[in-house]
Parts: sequence; structure tokens; C-alpha cells
Amino acid sequence: MKKADKFVKNAAGRIVPTIVNGREVIPFKGINKYRPEHRGAAPRVPTCIDYPEDGNKIVDSLKEALIRSGVKDGMTISTHHHYRDGDYIANVIFDIVAELGLKDLRWVPSAAFPCHQPIIKHLESGVVNHIEGSLNGPLGDFCSRGKMRGLGYLRSHGGRFRAISDGELHIDIAVMAASAADMMGNANGVLGKHPFGPMAFTKADVRYADRTIVVTDTLLDFPCYPWEIMGNDVDYVVVVDEIGDPQKIVSGTTKITQSPDRLLIAEYCAKFVEAAGILKDGMNFQAGAGGTSLAFVYFIQQMMLEKGFKARSMVGGSTKFLVEMMEKGLTDYIFDGQAFGLEAISSLRDNPKHIPIGVFESYDFHAKGNLTRMMDVIVLGSTEVDINFNANCVSHSDGRMLHGIGGFQNCMLAKCTIIAVPSFRDRIPVIRDEVTTLVAPGELVDVIVTERGIAINPRRKDLIAATLNSGLPIRDIRDLKKEVDRICGIPAQPRLSDEAVAVVEWIDGTILDTLKKVEE
Amino acid sequence: MAKIATAGNKGEAVRSDCYLALELTDSGGLEIELQSKVSTLYGNDIRELLHKSLKYFGISNARMQVEDSGALPFVLMARLEAAVKELLETDLELLPEMLSQNSYSSTKDRYRRTRMYLPGNTPKLMINAGIHSPDGIILDLEDSVAQNKKKEARYLVRNALRALDFYGAERMVRINQIPSGLADLDFIVPHYVNLILVPKCESPAQVEQVNDRINSIRKVRKIDYPIYLMPIIESALGVINAYEIATAADNVVALAVGLEDFTADIGTQRTNEGRESYLARCQIVLAARAAGKQPIDSVFSDVNDMEALEKVVQESKALGFDGMGCIHPRQIKVIHDNFAPDEEEIKKAQKIVAAFHEAQEKGLGVVSLGSKMIDPPVVKRAQHILQMAKTGGNGK
Repeated sequence: MKKADKFVKNAAGRIVPTIVNGREVIPFKGINKYRPEHRGAAPRVPTCIDYPEDGNKIVDSLKEALIRSGVKDGMTISTHHHYRDGDYIANVIFDIVAELGLKDLRWVPSAAFPCHQPIIKHLESGVVNHIEGSLNGPLGDFCSRGKMRGLGYLRSHGGRFRAISDGELHIDIAVMAASAADMMGNANGVLGKHPFGPMAFTKADVRYADRTIVVTDTLLDFPCYPWEIMGNDVDYVVVVDEIGDPQKIVSGTTKITQSPDRLLIAEYCAKFVEAAGILKDGMNFQAGAGGTSLAFVYFIQQMMLEKGFKARSMVGGSTKFLVEMMEKGLTDYIFDGQAFGLEAISSLRDNPKHIPIGVFESYDFHAKGNLTRMMDVIVLGSTEVDINFNANCVSHSDGRMLHGIGGFQNCMLAKCTIIAVPSFRDRIPVIRDEVTTLVAPGELVDVIVTERGIAINPRRKDLIAATLNSGLPIRDIRDLKKEVDRICGIPAQPRLSDEAVAVVEWIDGTILDTLKKVEE
Repeated sequence: MAKIATAGNKGEAVRSDCYLALELTDSGGLEIELQSKVSTLYGNDIRELLHKSLKYFGISNARMQVEDSGALPFVLMARLEAAVKELLETDLELLPEMLSQNSYSSTKDRYRRTRMYLPGNTPKLMINAGIHSPDGIILDLEDSVAQNKKKEARYLVRNALRALDFYGAERMVRINQIPSGLADLDFIVPHYVNLILVPKCESPAQVEQVNDRINSIRKVRKIDYPIYLMPIIESALGVINAYEIATAADNVVALAVGLEDFTADIGTQRTNEGRESYLARCQIVLAARAAGKQPIDSVFSDVNDMEALEKVVQESKALGFDGMGCIHPRQIKVIHDNFAPDEEEIKKAQKIVAAFHEAQEKGLGVVSLGSKMIDPPVVKRAQHILQMAKTGGNGK
């Protein structure tokens, strides 16, 4: 079986396969041009009499749980990434699977991190055929070098929920880490030894997988409440010594940047939002973790205080800064899919206006409305943008896949999507003629804010008009690019072979772009 | 064994720089071993540049190792030239192209509210300095450059003057203390420097020495743009001679005070309250004002304490200073905001300027406001305040 076959040019002008890992896929047709009309996936129908009368589903080990779940060659196993770089479970799963002598499994994490480097040996040996999910670090690099047997498949957070719910991505076994659980499998992420916060990335898995295993290091007496995972959906419960290290959730993401250039970018973002009339009483906005985003929140907070404004809601990844803003009365609600830091976790646990949300509520393309579309503004980072406002967040300009796709594409549906980036990093230009990998079509990127000026998408005449006399450094994107090229020099093209190593899916399930193997 | 010359910096924290080791050989052509963070996109460009540059110096046999952490071409060129000149006697200069937008002149009385110091041998801090809109950018060859890096810093500063966009900021260089700083002038005077800071200045003779050297370079290089001086007073003797220094030459436009060295010189320590330097600062203000020059305050070194900075700026303004130094871009706005005139000052200035216009329209030689006569310097000052109010704390 070929990893990728029957290439065509899609509506974005990118050459993409129509066969991926043996499955037929649909090339990107344009924004809002594709609406599947079939009925979605239905979960396996369980029967309560097949489960213990006393509700106790504890088994001795993860290995036993996997065996009882019927793990075998070619199966799909899912995990979530709430512990981010501190996850202990995924590596253990595939060590067990390797020990059992199985092969050709598919791993569908909601995201993989550098801590999952040990899985490379299982990819090399063929225990794992390929990964579908958000890749970064060493696994992304491995895939970029063409070493993965199957084709990498990059789906946004929302796209993952969609794929599971509409039957495209079937999960055989979901292994869900929970910081606290009871014997029946009721579980959450806010209690226990190593709390991590909301369990947004478990919802589709638990609802649609054939078998669900809850793994915890803190077994509570029945009932474990709140039950973000309900025991009624769980097949087995496993208690281990440690499931993850919450310290590693936060690395590098929860401090306001000290870089004067990034602070300037964040300040421009905030001033733009103010000048464009987006900053108003009762606004809704998303601001995640990461130095520049946090600095944006800091500047927005100053403006809200000055004007006496209060947001109706802010969407996390929540940080202590968002929590402080709610405590100061600057927002009515926090919607939260991922907590960064203990302050955020305690707030989520104790404050009823700090609401845990799943990917379905926030991002799903097949939801009957979603939170992101209601956001007045979202600020995001990226690895590259181009003169047509296309954006890339997964690969570097040399073509190597090093960053997760995350919710980047899903955030494009906000009323105003701002990409905040330096115009170059060291010598590497961020503003290009054409992005190396297309992750977000330029139609949906409204504003690009750099330290050297702000470029507004020509499609957004309203924003251009609103900020005309703002005194902000509004510039043509081509003019910005010219300046960057003058400083850095015109870059050579990355050395890429014709061999496809991964595809990027658009939020509607169509194939947006292909990542090529990087020549050594 | 042949001598190996090195230049530049390497290590974890180093960015936008390169480290280069050069050895001249007798045969074998040019062997360039390049390790670069940006090799995919710029590897060929870098090789070509290094190759061309060695040829320019007439070198056709050499071994060179380069560890590049994303250095821009003007940095690569400066590092290469510094290494070459360790090994060869030559008058050739490897100059990057002069940016057309950099050949502007300054004026005597332009704003000098903020002058931002950049270490003269640290490229990563230089590249984006201009976007933060300080009134002046100082490429520093003095205290921020290690002794063993003094020579290579000159090439970097020279190239930065040519290739870096200053975005309209006054282009300043702080040379080393006189006399050793005189040789620095050869590297900066021909490249549209607007203002030279003369550190630890103690006598008018030092100002004259600087001007003599500038003038001899002017003649050879046929330079006609103005080059201004800002002596920095950093010792008891300097304070005593402040007026003579301020009046030593026409192109002295400002007198700055440097408090770190001053407090050490008088045998005390610098405090946030600044009582130990109160008299000296007042004297600098008096000397500068008496000479018709701008009095400029020292830097405030705690880059995280914006509240303390704000207080220091307010006091500085109250004492009569027109500006101060800064060492971090985030200080710029605080300084501009607090040097900006307050409402009362603006109202008064508006009245004075209105009275001036009225007198002009009526053809009166004397401006008066109510029963008070207004002298021309007061009108000028009022116009300056209004101008400052108009541009606000934004620096432009």
C-alpha cells in the first residue's frame, strides 16, 4: 500500500493526495464549500449486564486492560494531551503493545510532545505504523525525514472531534489519563495528586471508542465528582503510581514575554483591537498561553480598566492572568479547554463561572454553532505567513515539521483573527511569498501584526476603514516583506523531495496541503 | 604553526551573530567550513559572501571555520574583516552598502529625551532597536564592550551605521575614553554618524582633540554633514569644568551626566533618591543652560522597576534636564511620557505663542502677555513645549 496516491491540485492550488494510508480522501474545495451529508459515527452498543454489578472495573495493570480490550494488530489507540510535555502514559502503552508482539498500530493523540520521543523506536520497528494528530518536536522531525511507515495526518483539535464523530476516524481503544477516578471510571482532571484541569480532549474518544480505559494515580471512593468522564462510558480502570507531571504543562507558556520586540507586537495587537472598535463592553475573546498572547491580555486588561469595560467571556487555555482578570471583575466567564498552572486549575475547580468546555463546544465544524465563531477577536502565533495572508503553524521555513497544529485552524472562524509574529526570527523571514505549508487559507486571516507594522487583509475593508486614522503603523504586507528581505536577504527554497510525508486536513475534513520529505 | 585569528561570539545565548576562526595557508585554496542555524535558506549566500570577501582582501589560500547563529550579512562581514586584520596589514575596508534612508543629518536642538545604549559588539540587540522609536540610538564602544573585543566591535559598529535602519532615530556612537577613543573616530565619522558621545570628559581639551580628529577625517573623506558632540561628565573634575566643556566647541549640543562613574569617583554609592549626585546634576543643568546646550540626565539601571523610573524622570525634568539615557526599550515610553509637558505648561505655552503671533501680525517688536514682557527665548521654549505636546510621548 502506498502512503499517498493519486495526487490532484486542490482549490488552494496545492498538490494533495486523494488516497491516504489506503483511505480515499477529498481535496480541499474552498472555504465553506464542502458539507458532508451522511449520518455520523455511532458508538458500539454496550450492555450493562456485561459489566460488574458493583461497578468496580479496576484491573491490575494497563497491560491487562489493553488485553481485555482486545488489542491487536492494526488497531487505533488514542490518548489526550492535557499533561502536554509531562505525559507518562502514551509511552507505556506502546511499550506494552510492543511487548505483546503487535504491529501496525495507529496512534491518534490529541497532540504529541517531545516527551513522546521513545515512541520513535516503535515507529522504526513497525509496532506503530503512523501517527494522526498534532505532531511536534522529535516526532515531527522523524516524520519530516520520511521515516514514518504510514503518512502523517495533521488534524486540528476541532478536526479531530469532527473526524471521530462523522465516522472518518474510528478509535478502537481510548486510554484516558485522569488525575482522579473511582472504581467505576468516573473521573476528572481537577482532583488527585497531579491535577491538570479540564478534560476537553477526551470527549470524542470516550463517546465513540469501542473501549475506554481510564488510568489514574489517585483512586477516590465512589463517587468521584465532578465526573468529566462518566463511569457509564468506561470499560476498565487502571491505577498506576504516576500518570504525568503537571509541572511540564506550563513550560515556557505562562510568563509574559520580556522581549521588547514581542511586547511591542502585543501592544500593537491591543491598540489595533481598540482602534478597530473591537474592544468594547461585553466582548468575547480568546487569548491562550504563550508569551505574546499573555502580553496582549496584559495590555487589553489595562485598556479595559481605563475604560471601565468588562468582557462577557474569555476563552483559555486559561492562565493565572485570566483568573486574576475574572477575580478583578474584568470578565463574567472563563471558558476553558486547557489549564496552564495551578491557579487556573483551582479556579476551574472552585469557581462556577470558570467553565470547562470540550472541543465540540469550542471548535467543532459539525456543531450547531460553536464558541470560536462567537469570539470578537483571537490572537495567534505562527511559524510563517505569506503575502496572501496564508498562514503556517506546523513547519519551519526549511520544511521541517516541528510544531503542533493545535486549534490554529479552528480559531480562524473568529470575527477577527490576528496573527502576531515577528517579521523574522534570527535571520529566518516569517513573511514569505508563499507559506511552506498551508495550514490556514488567507481568506480567514484578518490581520498580521509584526514589530515592524500591521498588515490588514484587503478583504477586511471594514477593519481598514476603522483604523485609517489610528496612528498605528498600518502597512501593506508586501511592503513589510520587502523590508524583511532587505534585512535578511532573499532566502533559498527549502530542499524538499517529491515524497509526501504528511497531509494537513482542513477543519471540514478535506485535504489542504501535503508536507514533503526534507532532504538531509 | 600559523596564527589563527578569531572574531565574533558563539554559545547558547548568542543569536544573530557568528564566530569565525581564520588561518592563512600557503596552498589549497579557500576552505570554508560552515555550521549555520540558517544553512537551508542562506547557506549558499553565506559561503558566497565569505568567499568573495576573502578574495577582496587578496586572500586565496585560507582555512576558515564559521559557526553562524543567524548573523545578518553586515555582521558576517564585520567578523570576517576583524579576523583578516589580525593577520594582514591592509587599508581595504569591507563595507556593506550604505542604506539610503540612513544618510540624514541631525540638528542641534532636536529632541534628545531618550538615547538608547546598545552594546557595540552584540548584534542581536541592534537589529530591532530603531522600531522602539527612541530619540537617539547609541552604538556603544565603551563600557559595554569587553577589553578583548574592542577592536572587532569597531567593525561591527561601523557596519551597523551603514546597514541598519535607524528608523529616523539620531545616529549616535559612544567612543572610548580619550585618548584611546580617538582611533574609534576613523570607523564612525565617515558613515553618517550624527552625534558622538565623549565619555568621562574632564576638560575642553578633550573636546578639541575629538574635533581635531573629526576634522582631519572630514578633509580626507570629504565629509560635510554636521557631527555633534555630547560630552558625558562622569567625575568630580568634569563637574567642576562642565561650563568650559559645554562651551569648548560649537558642535557640542548637549551635556550629559554619567552617575555610575561619578558616584564612584566621589567615593560614594548611587541611590534611587540621588542625594549624592544632586549638586552635580544641578551643576550640569546650570552649565549646559548657561552655554545654551541641552542638559541630559544619566541612565536608570533597574529595567524592571518602571515606577521608580517614572519618579526619577519626573525629578529629572523638574531639575531642568531635557532627556535621559535608557538601556531597555521598555523605558522609552515612560521617559517620553514623563518628559512631555503637562496641561498647565501647555496652556501657558499656548498663551505665549498666541501673544507672539499677535505681536507679529501687529508688527510689534515686543511680545507681551498681560503686563509681562516676553523674551524671545521664552517664546522659543513655548513653541518647543507645544511641539513636544503635539508629538506626545510617542517619540515621532
